Amino acid sequence: MPTTAHTLTDVAASESTLRRFLHGLPGVDAVGLEARAASLGTRSIKTTAKAYAIDLAISMVDLTTLEGADTPGKIRALGAKAVRPDPTDRTAPATAAVCVYPDMVPAAKAAVAGSTVKVASVATAFPAGRAPIAVKLADVREAVAAGADEIDMVIDRGAFLAGNYMKVYDEIVAVKEACGASARLKVIFETGELSTYDNIRRASWLGMLAGADFIKTSTGKVAVNATPANTLLMLEAVRDFRLQTGIQVGVKPAGGIRTSKDAIKFLVLVNETAGEDWLHNHWFRFGASSLLNDLLMQRQKLATGRYSGPDYVTVD
Amino acid sequence: MAFEYAPAPESRSIVDIAPSYGLFIDGEFVEAADGKVFKTVSPSTEEVLSEVAQAGTADVDRAVKAARKAFEKWSALPGSERAKYLFRIARIIQERARELAVLETLDNGKPIKETRDADLPLVAAHFFYYAGWADKLEHAGFGAAPRPLGVAGQVIPWNFPLLMLAWKIAPALATGNTVVLKPAETTPLSALFFADICRQAGLPKGVVNILPGYGDTGASLVAHPDVNKVAFTGSTAVGKEIAKTVAGTRKKLTLELGGKGANIVFDDAPIDQAVEGIVNGIFFNQGQVCCAGSRLLVQESIQDELLASLKRRLSTLRLGDPLDKNTDIGAINSAEQLSRITSLVEQGEAEGAERWSAPCDIPSSGYWFAPTLFTNVTQAHTVARDEIFGPVLSVLTFRTPDEAVAKANNTPYGLSAGIWTEKGSRILAVANKLRAGVIWSNTFNKFDPTSPFGGYKESGFGREGGRHGLEAYLDV
Repeated sequence: MPTTAHTLTDVAASESTLRRFLHGLPGVDAVGLEARAASLGTRSIKTTAKAYAIDLAISMVDLTTLEGADTPGKIRALGAKAVRPDPTDRTAPATAAVCVYPDMVPAAKAAVAGSTVKVASVATAFPAGRAPIAVKLADVREAVAAGADEIDMVIDRGAFLAGNYMKVYDEIVAVKEACGASARLKVIFETGELSTYDNIRRASWLGMLAGADFIKTSTGKVAVNATPANTLLMLEAVRDFRLQTGIQVGVKPAGGIRTSKDAIKFLVLVNETAGEDWLHNHWFRFGASSLLNDLLMQRQKLATGRYSGPDYVTVD
Repeated sequence: MAFEYAPAPESRSIVDIAPSYGLFIDGEFVEAADGKVFKTVSPSTEEVLSEVAQAGTADVDRAVKAARKAFEKWSALPGSERAKYLFRIARIIQERARELAVLETLDNGKPIKETRDADLPLVAAHFFYYAGWADKLEHAGFGAAPRPLGVAGQVIPWNFPLLMLAWKIAPALATGNTVVLKPAETTPLSALFFADICRQAGLPKGVVNILPGYGDTGASLVAHPDVNKVAFTGSTAVGKEIAKTVAGTRKKLTLELGGKGANIVFDDAPIDQAVEGIVNGIFFNQGQVCCAGSRLLVQESIQDELLASLKRRLSTLRLGDPLDKNTDIGAINSAEQLSRITSLVEQGEAEGAERWSAPCDIPSSGYWFAPTLFTNVTQAHTVARDEIFGPVLSVLTFRTPDEAVAKANNTPYGLSAGIWTEKGSRILAVANKLRAGVIWSNTFNKFDPTSPFGGYKESGFGREGGRHGLEAYLDV
């Protein structure tokens, strides 16, 4: 493996150097990876540590709605909730961002105006990514122009699986450029479709080499989304990438994380793999919609000693 | 703010430890003939847990006589009947797993995470597995009607008190033998709780007898003329004494002794998983494991990268209260063992090996040793040759597969080895050349009742576990 930032810039000099680099990364033993993720899942997080973790998790949520039926009204409700997740308890932190389709960015910007909440948009022909590059770039530019702070792009999984790493790399570079200086870029691999852990590690490095600010597991639209194992693997990748280049990249597991218990397990993975530098919403996010209410219910339980129930949190 | 995990201790109230325990002979708890007792302490706090009767020669004789008497009926039972008792014991162990896990952690010092997630599931699995063999012995490949040997005298160590008991007692009972077992003097409690489980399961009197005591108790058990089979797990030095005692008698003998396992990491290994495997190989149970991967053989080209990863990983290990569910590294079993580890580590430093210990707070009471590794180690260093039996890893390097094999085999022991590489053909080629009883590839310290376990050279002879484990208790 190259050991300096200089040699890493040469990696993408040609299709063959890129391929050689990605295939030269250390392999992943699936059994060992899953065993490690499971063993970290047995950490027992209680009392003060739990309260800390729940607030941290809330602050890391990208509160998401990605439905064909989304309306400005729905987005307004989502934005209000992101800014003030628990109307009964103003000490609850705001979420990190709201995540919407590009055409909803103006509505989302208006909804979170004046708060710390960012607006993220899934541009680049989400979720399939099956559109010409010109269309994808136009999608990104529109979203950024409308005020999106963050762009969540999907990679061309077909090109990746066919071994056309350079095509994937070039697309990420182009999208990053379209993001300009104002928007951070999250690169979505759709790990469920990449299928093997070796592929996920290669995709992680490919994304980081091409300039991703975040690497993200999935769209939430396929059968297998974020898992403790694939997130652990991506955390190892960002840790190793920073060791080699000094550049810190964020991680975002998305899809299927529904309970506080699960979210806390992911935070343990972050803490013990990449380290506490990543325990901040600038570097770690949860792509989720239903997770937030469970976090809020657990938070109320810690505060009052009783479970209140779903009618004591908002449905938006 | 850092993510500090709040303490998450497992409750002690689930286990009821009596102030004193007797010997378990012929289905009853009895005093030692000479009234001797000894104390057992919790290694993490030095608190006295209980007082235990210490078996003398007269008690050994009494227990062997009880086992001999019970043997006539027990061995005459159909295998399917013996299986019922074993299945019952296995189920009771599962039902009482949490209680036994807490007890074992208190008496041994190992983390509750390990007793709960590794020891107890394996203990139950061994009884289930050998229960399954009890009525199928004629199909085990040892002849049409293999017969039991008689009374088995078994001596087990303190590192896996209940698991070693299961490895010894389950195959002995399945094959129709009766048992007199001596647990280690520092960890007698779980064996005494097991005696209670035998009563709960309605096991006929005298089939299992438990005699807590020191080395002299073990010695008189091994020397007893009416014992037909001796099984020992422990140090190589004691194993040699036992071999001398048994030599020339008709007793059958199996020995599971020390080890100095090589964990070989090639440059194409899955590095992150290899680091986990190295940690698991040497820091599982504080390194107090006979098959520990205590010698890391790493290919020179990836040495720096691997060591950096390893040190970073060791810095995340959590040492402390073994009853805390988040503890990774518990206490060393005894003051005696701690001083042995300390003196070997000092010798390593004196011989010029470079010591690195993980930064962790050491509790003020109890017996503790921080996870430690030595670099710049050569085959000539004591820390590369002697079994330390503690959380101490010696790191050596190699350049070619042949050199790795030569160094791995260059030891008086031969119990375990590990191979880390993504290349399947290399796994097979290297494994074929290693002289070790168990060879793991891209994993370490994995145990299963179906898999035979045992050593080469000074690591002993005979196999436990699997179909092969039956042979040691059958007249074949």
